[in-house]
Amino acid sequence: MLKIDNLHAAINGTEILKGLTLEVKAGEVHAIMGPNGAGKSTLASVIAGKEDYEVTSGTITFEDKDLLEMSIEERAREGVFLAFQYPVEIPGVSNVNFLKTAINEIREHKGRPLISAKDFLSLVKQKSSFVGLDTSLTSRSVNEGFSGGEKKRNEIFQMAMLEPKLAVLDETDSGLDIDALRIVAGGVNALKSKDNATLVITHYQRLLDYIIPDFVHVLYDGKIVKTGGKELALELEEKGYDWIKSAE
Amino acid sequence: MMAGYTENELAKDLADREYQYGFVSNIDADVVPAGLNEQVIHLISAKKNEPSWLLEYRLKAFEVWKTMIEPNWAHVAYPKPDFQAISYYAAPKQVKKYESWDDVDPEMKETMSKLGISLEEQQRLTGVAVDFVMDSVSVGTSFKAKLAELGIIFCSFSEAVQEHPELVKKYLGTVVPISDNFYAALNSAVFSDGSFCYIPKGVRCPMELSTYFRINAGGTGQFERTLVIADELSYVSYLEGCTAPQRDENQLHAAVVELIALNNAEIKYSTVQNWYPGDKNGNGGVFNFVTKRGICEDHAKISWTQVETGSAVTWKYPSCILKGDYSVGEFFSVAVTNNFQQADTGTKMVHLGRHTKSTIISKGISAGQSQNSYRGLVQIQKQAEHSRNFSQCDSLLMGSVCGAHTFPYIECKNSTAQIEHEATTSKIGEDQLFYCQQRGISEEKAISLIVNGYCKEVLNQLPMEFAVEAQKLLSISLEGSVG
Repeated sequence: MLKIDNLHAAINGTEILKGLTLEVKAGEVHAIMGPNGAGKSTLASVIAGKEDYEVTSGTITFEDKDLLEMSIEERAREGVFLAFQYPVEIPGVSNVNFLKTAINEIREHKGRPLISAKDFLSLVKQKSSFVGLDTSLTSRSVNEGFSGGEKKRNEIFQMAMLEPKLAVLDETDSGLDIDALRIVAGGVNALKSKDNATLVITHYQRLLDYIIPDFVHVLYDGKIVKTGGKELALELEEKGYDWIKSAE
Repeated sequence: MMAGYTENELAKDLADREYQYGFVSNIDADVVPAGLNEQVIHLISAKKNEPSWLLEYRLKAFEVWKTMIEPNWAHVAYPKPDFQAISYYAAPKQVKKYESWDDVDPEMKETMSKLGISLEEQQRLTGVAVDFVMDSVSVGTSFKAKLAELGIIFCSFSEAVQEHPELVKKYLGTVVPISDNFYAALNSAVFSDGSFCYIPKGVRCPMELSTYFRINAGGTGQFERTLVIADELSYVSYLEGCTAPQRDENQLHAAVVELIALNNAEIKYSTVQNWYPGDKNGNGGVFNFVTKRGICEDHAKISWTQVETGSAVTWKYPSCILKGDYSVGEFFSVAVTNNFQQADTGTKMVHLGRHTKSTIISKGISAGQSQNSYRGLVQIQKQAEHSRNFSQCDSLLMGSVCGAHTFPYIECKNSTAQIEHEATTSKIGEDQLFYCQQRGISEEKAISLIVNGYCKEVLNQLPMEFAVEAQKLLSISLEGSVG
């Protein structure tokens, strides 16, 4: 599904990713772990197409298409979803209006008819209960006045609504208490299928107690330096990142 | 490589937008030769078959106007109009009253349908009574019979002069005196037509009253006069929407609107203004110098809502004189400027009565090389005990070469008053755009969403069908050419 080959990316002339290679297949859950400054969030931003980052060399293909040639919204419509580390507030724009616009843009892209008001409402009902998002939040302005936990839950709600093929969760566990973490992870697990894939970016092993990865990759200094199964996460937790640094 | 969106690109895209309502109707107009003197005023008055008191009113205004100079305190720059080069009266030749809709000039109908406001549709779908003003003479008035049953008068200003001279004489110039300002004096001397509305005591007007204005004949200025009187315990919601055809030369629009809300009455006055703003190089466009003011007696309320997207230069301060005790004034405004547009707009809230209350919500959006100013005065007079004001002035900037300015004036002469002022200035967030785009929403739609969200508090004040039109206008103004 997603193939990243020897990716180099820079921001303001400083190289952050230095030859990253990664393959994610449909049905798989991959975790990217690493110390601060390793390039985890940069990877998420480059996949989503954030313009601040310049890809200097390497390729990313998504379902055999050149992802780097696509605009931000094309990537999203093709099925790439980024759950933001810091979800953005959009005052005056209701969550439902926002999502309905998004769903219809995606449908239009795929040549499908626009969603009916009735179908949309039942989808909102179904998916909001699914991630335990208070229905009153669905009609409030996007993320405005939401608590940290509500914002993260709202990201997963949006993910459930948009049904992406590839979900990239950027530090979704940061700032969550254990109950919120369980709910968010539960949502991600329930959305898992053989046709979609998840890339979980995290600093701590904690989230991986709830979202069980098929592969764990350690990102350090812009490269993946170690890949293993879920036990690698536990090993990291125990030994810390210095172990990787010194092993290099 | 990545089709990301920068503000500079936005600024460029916006500049390429063409005015969507730029077309000219070919209806023959009866135009008075250019120039302004006593003779012209006599001619206008005679053409309209006016009583002598009104002619005297005009002549007196002309005398006052001659002694005045154009105001220059507004934060706008423009070539001063040559008042002798303007024709002060233009009426469609076909001035006879229409017996039925079928009698209306087909081309006039087409003009209206191009504007998306065909009378049939308006009548059928919305129940809005439309008084369509093309140039200076009102050509279509609907729902009149229905309103007449309730004693409501809603007609062209000229008609009111003929049919209800006592009301016009009693209230004309009582809120905006002829000597108020340069353009109000000019309007008082040469106004051609406009709308008149009277709601009798205790009557709640059952429908939104709506007038569409449109400048049509080339080289003519338009001097509309509107007078709305809400008698005691009555209520009316009045809508005014404007579009104008594309022109190369500047057109002057100097309207005067007077609202009178007697004891316990309420007037809600909503405007969507989309005069031709000029092209992307700043050529042409309408000069919109408007005086709008209302007076509130005891427990009365006046609420102004405006969405201003058009005109090359706008100079407009819908104001409230809160004369009566416990009276309320409100001002909700969205002003969008683009390319070389300049807007200096805001409100005056003059608190005279005790326990008077005013609210000001102003949202400015500037793009291109435009200049957008909020200018407001909150004045609490000595006797206005326990008065309150809340003002919020927000500015949104798009691109790096536009300007947003805020000039709030506060004068308080009573220590029991409570005045609050909040102001913010922000740029449209790259983060917000990225967030929307990551959900699959195009840049264009994202900007429209964000801007409409930003203006929501004001748009919510508009009647339903008008709100939809206003949203469309905002989209046309800012979204249309992005991408």
